[in-house]
Amino acid sequence: MVEVLVGPGPGDEPLLVRPLPPYSDLACELLAALSAELRNDPEAARYPDVISFAFWCRKGNVERLKADDLGRRGARLGLGLVFHITPSNVPVNFAFSFAFGLLAGNANRVRVPSKPFAQVDIICRALARVLAEDRFSELRRMSSFVRYEQDDVVTGAYSASCNARIIWGGDVAIQTIRKLPIPERGIEIAFADRYSFSVLGAPAINALAPEGLARLAQGFYNDTYLMDQNACSSPHLLVWQGEGKREAKQRFFSALAELVALKYELAPVSAVDKYTQLCVDAIELDGVVGVTRHGNHVVRVTLARLPEATHELRGRAGYFYELDADGLDDVARVVNTRYQTLTYFGVDKQQLLDFVIDHRLMGIDRIVPVGAALDIGVIWDGYDVIATLSRVIDVR
Amino acid sequence: MPALDLDRLFATPPFSLDTTAKAALYREALSELTRLHYAACPPYRRLLDTLGFDPAVDHAVGDIPMLPVRLFKTHELRSVAQDQIVKTMTSSGTTGQQVSRIFLDKVTSARQTKVLAKISSSVLGPKRLPMLIIDSKSVVKDRTMFSARGAGILGFSMLGIDPTYALDDDMRLDFAATEAFLAKHAGQPIFVFGFTFMIWEHLLQALAAANKRLPLDRGIMLHGGGWKKLADQAVDNRAFKARLAELCGIERVHNYYGMVEQTGSIFIECEHGRLHCSDYSDVIIRRPADFSICQPGERGFIQLVSLLPSSYPGHSLLSEDLGELTGEDDCACGRLGKTFVIHGRVKNAEVRGCSDTYTAGRTPAQVA
Repeated sequence: MVEVLVGPGPGDEPLLVRPLPPYSDLACELLAALSAELRNDPEAARYPDVISFAFWCRKGNVERLKADDLGRRGARLGLGLVFHITPSNVPVNFAFSFAFGLLAGNANRVRVPSKPFAQVDIICRALARVLAEDRFSELRRMSSFVRYEQDDVVTGAYSASCNARIIWGGDVAIQTIRKLPIPERGIEIAFADRYSFSVLGAPAINALAPEGLARLAQGFYNDTYLMDQNACSSPHLLVWQGEGKREAKQRFFSALAELVALKYELAPVSAVDKYTQLCVDAIELDGVVGVTRHGNHVVRVTLARLPEATHELRGRAGYFYELDADGLDDVARVVNTRYQTLTYFGVDKQQLLDFVIDHRLMGIDRIVPVGAALDIGVIWDGYDVIATLSRVIDVR
Repeated sequence: MPALDLDRLFATPPFSLDTTAKAALYREALSELTRLHYAACPPYRRLLDTLGFDPAVDHAVGDIPMLPVRLFKTHELRSVAQDQIVKTMTSSGTTGQQVSRIFLDKVTSARQTKVLAKISSSVLGPKRLPMLIIDSKSVVKDRTMFSARGAGILGFSMLGIDPTYALDDDMRLDFAATEAFLAKHAGQPIFVFGFTFMIWEHLLQALAAANKRLPLDRGIMLHGGGWKKLADQAVDNRAFKARLAELCGIERVHNYYGMVEQTGSIFIECEHGRLHCSDYSDVIIRRPADFSICQPGERGFIQLVSLLPSSYPGHSLLSEDLGELTGEDDCACGRLGKTFVIHGRVKNAEVRGCSDTYTAGRTPAQVA
């Protein structure tokens, strides 16, 4: 059963597929109108993730994105129709995915999470209201939001008729969906499971005034605990650099543990999960030199070296692996295509970029300050999403 | 041979230790067990080393590391050589789940039997009674697999005489066999044993459906296995007992709490409805926030400590059950030691995160 939340239903005429150039005025205006609609919606105000989406797609930000667009010099049009398969347990990712497809100049068919989320309904209702305006009549015919339980027949039909498919999902989900073909000229972006870590400079942390330390802890908290440390860009490994590491860790984790105890609702089962993982790591993992628990809110496992499969060292709900390493050679050894986000504090970002380039690494697509890990954008997972979802018209 | 000598406990009734005596005994005995497992079980040693725990000196019971029960599903944990193992107990996991494996040598196995008898005698009396089992014989036929249910039945069977199964192979109440058994032992106390849910589903519901009663007025019932399924049907201990009294006339009904990871040293409900720790084991209630020790009346995870396990490191376990203390050395029944109530298994968490468009049913438990 396919439930249509926005756009043409089964009996209506099919989606209109007439691409626009990236950052068309029409697309930018629609996002601006949606942003305003959501920011005036008292119900939306109760959901920080909806508000942050509304804030992201506000007029000023979209204008800034347009100005920063990496592909702005050539002549481009959207690919046609983008089919989005969005994650089942993150309520607002579907809205970002849609915005990317729209800004790139495409018609969009968006499969929203099948689990019921108030956020999905709020955003879809706001979008339907905005699309009802005459000035958006064309985009109204180019947009469809559907909800259905996992169904290969439906997904197969949508896949067969799209020009690009975006899959947000775990490895199993991606492999399963890949069995359903897209047209020969179709392209696919798979936002798969990724691994992320942090590099922290001890001297800078030791030099922080209390307010700065609190800001850092808040930023780190947002990167991790907001999504139970289960987002692709949430760090699992912390690499410590520079003089005074012991003191810096003490300061950092005291501030973090205090914040977590205050703000994070630790599910009782997570306390057992984390303790069990700690025991398993202590028994099995090579190179564990110590464990530190700040209550059950922050659990740390100190490593003397990184195992080959470091990307499998994943924590949940505040469980971190740590390594002291002034150079990043040991890290370079284990980085593979799974690595996505490197968050940093007190470390020169140019040096981190040099580290990726000089070591000619296969992974690490994002180098962002602590606090910005979850800031999703048009450059994501190593893709310029706008460029990828549009085609270049080569004129000479 | 394990260093701990339980003989002096066997000389006294099973609920004789008060708080002070128990703390002193447990400090010594559990520290000794910790040393034993540290020396004999390499994974356990690695864990204690990583936790920075020094087994060489004695520790208060509350400071001895807990092993999460889930670890027995993922790791082979034993403190005796393979050829010393006489029995491997497994938990009854549902299909597809990993099961716990508990390795018993002769010493631990014999102690479990002895302690189970000792604790049970506190409600059953010193004499072995004719025993009616509210289950089907088919559960225990395959002895190569000691499921928790089969092992429970076999374990308790040793406490009775003339063990008779009340259910047939299809789990239907066998009126003929049951009535014959009751006629044979008329006028005598009867030991009735079964799992809580089986008793409800296959004895009480069957009696109600057939509009019959069983004359079990002189019965003493021991039942365990958890309340989850009954809680789903909104049946609590009080309703369960009321139904038993109504349909079987049975007044002496004792719930017990125990787990395959600590077989033998069960916790038993007294005549005043409190669940008691015997001299052979204890509970500590831990706060989910930091595992610090709860006040009486405060809900937390149940840690179980037992004097029995010497063939596997199961003397201090963190369960996934929630409970709270209801008293200590103060029950009107006269039994000493802590009393507590159980609030059931901890709930699984809803997991946020961006990694599944296909619901693969992956839970943190399985990932960890």
